[in-house]
Amino acid sequence: MTKFINVALIGNPNTGKTSLFNKLTGLNQKVGNYPGITVEKKEGKCVLDRMSNAHLIDLPGTYSINASSIDESIVLELLMNKNNRDYPDVAIIVTDVENLKRNLLLFTQIKDLNIPSILAINMSDRMDKKGIKIDVDLLEKKLDTKVILISVRENIGIENLKESLLNYRGLSKSNCFNLKNIDLEYFENLQNIFPNEPLYKLWLVITQDTNFGEIDRNKIKNSEGFSTYPYKKIKRIQQRETIKRYQKINDILKLTYTIDIKRATDLRSRIDRVLIHKFWGYVIFFLLLLLIFQSIYDWSSYPMDFIDSTFASLSEGVKNYFPPGIFTNLLSEGIISGIGGVIIFIPQISFLFLFISILEESGYMSRVVFLMDRGLRKFGLSGKSVIPLISGTACAIPAVMATRNIENWKERLITILVTPFTTCSARLPVYLIIIALVIPDQRWMGMSIQAITLMSLYLLGFITALISSSILTKFLKITHKTYFVVELPDYKMPLLENVLINVIEKVKAFVFEAGKIILSISIILWGLASYGPGENFKNAEQIVKQDPRFSGRSSETLDYEIGSFKLEHSYIGIMGKSITPIISPLGYDWKIGIALITSFAAREVFVGTLATIYSVGQENELTIKEKMKSELKANGQPMFDLPTGISLLLFYAFAMQCMSTLAIVRRETNSWKWPLLQLASMTIIAYLAALIAYQTLS
Amino acid sequence: MKSLDKLLPGEKGLIVEFETANLPLKLIEMGCLPGNEVELLYLAPFNDPMYLKVDGTYIAIRKDLASQILIDPII
Repeated sequence: MTKFINVALIGNPNTGKTSLFNKLTGLNQKVGNYPGITVEKKEGKCVLDRMSNAHLIDLPGTYSINASSIDESIVLELLMNKNNRDYPDVAIIVTDVENLKRNLLLFTQIKDLNIPSILAINMSDRMDKKGIKIDVDLLEKKLDTKVILISVRENIGIENLKESLLNYRGLSKSNCFNLKNIDLEYFENLQNIFPNEPLYKLWLVITQDTNFGEIDRNKIKNSEGFSTYPYKKIKRIQQRETIKRYQKINDILKLTYTIDIKRATDLRSRIDRVLIHKFWGYVIFFLLLLLIFQSIYDWSSYPMDFIDSTFASLSEGVKNYFPPGIFTNLLSEGIISGIGGVIIFIPQISFLFLFISILEESGYMSRVVFLMDRGLRKFGLSGKSVIPLISGTACAIPAVMATRNIENWKERLITILVTPFTTCSARLPVYLIIIALVIPDQRWMGMSIQAITLMSLYLLGFITALISSSILTKFLKITHKTYFVVELPDYKMPLLENVLINVIEKVKAFVFEAGKIILSISIILWGLASYGPGENFKNAEQIVKQDPRFSGRSSETLDYEIGSFKLEHSYIGIMGKSITPIISPLGYDWKIGIALITSFAAREVFVGTLATIYSVGQENELTIKEKMKSELKANGQPMFDLPTGISLLLFYAFAMQCMSTLAIVRRETNSWKWPLLQLASMTIIAYLAALIAYQTLS
Repeated sequence: MKSLDKLLPGEKGLIVEFETANLPLKLIEMGCLPGNEVELLYLAPFNDPMYLKVDGTYIAIRKDLASQILIDPII
């Protein structure tokens, strides 16, 4: 029988902890969510020998066990609860050879919880270059544990590490630091309440905000002979504890760690001088954005076209192959199109996360955060909101997923809520056709008015996002104790393996989580458009064929007319008609109403739906644009005149017409509250803007 | 003695003490301890946040946080 050893990977951010996890588990890993919150939980399996496997958990990167963000409280909660299924038999504390001092703080904390802890010093291949020497034997003696020099990049020490995992029972559980040195009486009394628990654990129960089932905080507070200190005094003891821990670490490192400062290369300052330069820093960032844009807009259009045509022919093939009927229609028009609607986003998501993970792995991203923080702070955002806001111009879905790097929950939530205002590529087809219809093709000071309109719509998106985030900052009552302390790591060459695993993870998360919701809504919309009540829908074919207006037309034209007639009398058509009283003040008729409803699936469906309603055929050679141009209002005016056009443009600029975004927001916030709030408020803003525009212009 | 946010790029100081118990523990954990040397490497555009080197590690913090840390300038 195989034995499973629970192993927790713990470490500071940027120490290569996840690289080590990838190295040990390969693709043998799965990513889930911790219950109730949206922090990713990564677990994996690593074969140690014939009899034993390691069950690895990659815990979120943290500088200390004292929790100041959701990510960090996960580490704390797991290590404080022996009854947790994942409670580690042994912990690997991954550290970076150049930041050993700061990394050891976390190590001493974990060890004081009496968890067998292996110290893995990563990036040891850089020691020579940096002039670092470590006396591993003495360090092992001083820390009373196993110390292993590893390099994930150069594949050094990995086998040694696996062997130590097998022998974890031999590791000492002794403490690193004795709290009684700080306040003898207080800590002795504390220990007396639970003589069998590690003292440090009891101290954490007192100092942390989180509640841990196993040891009851009230039991400590109400114990005889123990009176706890007021809050401020506890804070001061915590500070003193940290300072004392550092003193002890310094003492140990003095004996075991030497660095030849002359050997330290000046690569960091040379690159920094350019990348965070007051002028060139922005230029370089802008150029990188252009590249990312180019890939999301342009390069991904090839695979997207391929996916589009593949699913179209697949859908067609199913229709021809199977006998006609409800199930064939459901399969070809509902399910296959729905799946296609999910798959189509994969190229954009892959490209965006390819770039993001390269930028992150290399250390550049924290420089962008540094550059942009001041400007965005005014709006209640953080330097870390840049990437989501910018990538939102391609597609809000990968953009919302990219907010995960923002540790502060309030800033992250606001970023998620305002990102859909930025002009995504799905708005473009709608914008282009309406601009072509209602904005005169003239020049103003040498520039095309149509192009200026398009650009204004992009600007409008950005400005709305910023304004709404400053409003949200005032109204969202979330207090979150995080401070802006960002580490600026060394520049590193990104590891291809890490980048690819990250891209695969993000794609999987989208396909399986958001995909489910997108698929089900597509099927519902299909059902509403394909069925209708009453005789009109049932007898659509005869009614159209008997209509004298169409007598003598080719069968193709008749097919288009039948399609149009059916849509008009389908459930969705009836819905479109029933919302006419609401949308007519915006200058829309029932046909536009139907398109508004169907385009809830995705904005670009607007054009396709109008094409079906206006039964654009090949025979009459009217393109959709010309057909729209010839549509008339009841008063004989063109349907798509300037007031209606502007009203539509504004409606699409503001409205949350995208179920995929709602699905991903649901996933990322783990609640329907936020996507529904987003849907309601964006729809109201869109409605009011369109209303005001139409009423003032007409 | 002055507060850390008054440091100019290129200047160094020794951290003296913390003004309040409200200062986040995280800052101490990142190496901002009394007695440690701190150097201001760069200021972001609009002079905020600050790019610091503290005890061998590199961090960026906002000025409002830096104003709560006292230093002895090293000339």
